[in-house]
Amino acid sequence: MEIPTIVGAGLIVVGAAFGIGKIGSSAMDAIARQPEASGKIQTAMLIAAALIEGIGFAALFAS
Amino acid sequence: MQKPFYVKILLVATLLLGFNAFAQDKDNQSVDEKGSVKAEIKEFIAHHLLDSHHFTLFTIDEENNEHFGFPLPVILWDNGLKVFSSSKLDHGQAVAEVDGEHYALYHGKIVKTDAQGTINYDAEGHATNVKPLDFSITKNVVFIILVSLLLIFMFSRMAKTYKGNNIPKGIGRALEPIILYIRDDIAIPNIGEKHYRKYMGYLLTVFFFIWIINLLGLSPLGVNVTNNIAVTFCLAIFTFFITAFTANKNYWKHIFWMPGVPVFMKVVLAPIELLGTLIKPFSLMIRLYANITAGHLILMSILGMMFIFKSWMGSSMSFVLASALSFLELLVAALQAYIFTMLSALYFGMAVEEPEDH
Amino acid sequence: MEKLIEQFSFGLFFWQLLLLIILLLVLRKVAWKPILNAIEERESGIKDALEAAENAKKEMQNVTADSERLLQEARIERESMIKEAREMKEKIVADAKELAQVEADNMINQAKTAIEGEKKAAVADIKNQVATLSLEIAEKVIKEQFSDTGKQLKLVEEMVSDIKLN
Repeated sequence: MEIPTIVGAGLIVVGAAFGIGKIGSSAMDAIARQPEASGKIQTAMLIAAALIEGIGFAALFAS
Repeated sequence: MQKPFYVKILLVATLLLGFNAFAQDKDNQSVDEKGSVKAEIKEFIAHHLLDSHHFTLFTIDEENNEHFGFPLPVILWDNGLKVFSSSKLDHGQAVAEVDGEHYALYHGKIVKTDAQGTINYDAEGHATNVKPLDFSITKNVVFIILVSLLLIFMFSRMAKTYKGNNIPKGIGRALEPIILYIRDDIAIPNIGEKHYRKYMGYLLTVFFFIWIINLLGLSPLGVNVTNNIAVTFCLAIFTFFITAFTANKNYWKHIFWMPGVPVFMKVVLAPIELLGTLIKPFSLMIRLYANITAGHLILMSILGMMFIFKSWMGSSMSFVLASALSFLELLVAALQAYIFTMLSALYFGMAVEEPEDH
Repeated sequence: MEKLIEQFSFGLFFWQLLLLIILLLVLRKVAWKPILNAIEERESGIKDALEAAENAKKEMQNVTADSERLLQEARIERESMIKEAREMKEKIVADAKELAQVEADNMINQAKTAIEGEKKAAVADIKNQVATLSLEIAEKVIKEQFSDTGKQLKLVEEMVSDIKLN
């Protein structure tokens, strides 16, 4: 049976979404623990999220 | 307090004007069935997302092909330079004849055709007509020029207010915190105190260019330049070349001969790292393109829902959703500019990192 | 992906490249350089001013400390001077007293010796005078007594008798 590529893309998007969610929750925890470092944490969070997002888009456009 | 206020005004203006224009676009369409409405909306969105050879402000009558706007020059390279006004193409309804050659619009692209405007198709339904190199001043190019002029006007005026007492006046008061933010929170932490200065020009230009052009893309004109892969490709390739040309020995050493790992790993890592240098600007390109495209697509689809439901509930719901999304898009406009600048700075930082910084 | 490549418009890329290069060059010359320079100048100005204020504050503190120290020193000096003066005064007074005492003693002693000498001389003089006087008197008495022979004889007799008694 042939699986359409869009299903694969969907799977990758689910994974990416999960990853971004995880980054967000971890960042929240970290900010709650160290509110004074929130700026640095936010920056790191955005970078990591952007990288994962890139994978998601790559999957979407590859499909 | 300047910045929030400034943003607020922009925001309100964008929302009000934005809805007005969309509404104008839609009101003039006479529709009966849901199916045709859906198709029409789909086509409208697709058209909105595409570049155009005619600067259309709004459509007066779709049936009679009446649009309010102005034609733009078409510049083609087809065995010599061919320049003519896009009014000759008449929104794809007419065939333009220039120096004995015939050109017509096919899905927004200019193709070479005969006097009747025949389009030849292959087996898969793609047009096989020759596409000449198109250097036309399209809607997006006009917008890029406008935004460039706006930026030059804004910042040269801002620079002038610094003369004498080094204190900004007017719009500079709102823009200076952003410049300082880019310098202190993007450039210096990522690139380092020593090298950041030479990248500041690029980072600031790119940030303000993307931000302003994204914001204006949300305005009633709705010319979303950054949803063209060519534009984001150009921006990304700039980051790539600046990284490559300003990189020091240490950077290349880390790519081709990673220190501190066994020789076998060095051989394995080299192509991966090399690929990484290409993937980085590629992801920059795709990210900006996809975010803006997706934003516009979703926003317009939700607005289109108003015309599908045609009920009190559905329309108000779509209105609320669209407002919320507009706010989100305003955030995304700034966020994507920030991320592009941030990641560019990060890559520049990697390029100039000194060995002892480890 | 094919859609992306198909959508890629070379003309737009060309214009964007051209315009971005122009924008970068123009903005760098017209805006970023003067703005960043002005901001840096301002920041260094603020930094300098703050440093100057800090220095002035420190100097002020130094000056206050100095004057405090000087005051303290002056006070100590004054006290020591007063003390010294008092001591000197006391010493002078004591010395003077002692000197006066010695002088007085000396004078008294001298006076005593002088008086003693005078007294002795006077006594010796008196003795001499008394002796002379007594001799004169004795001469006169003897002259008178021995004006007649009877009496002379009688005396001789008496004396002789006295000698016998002895």
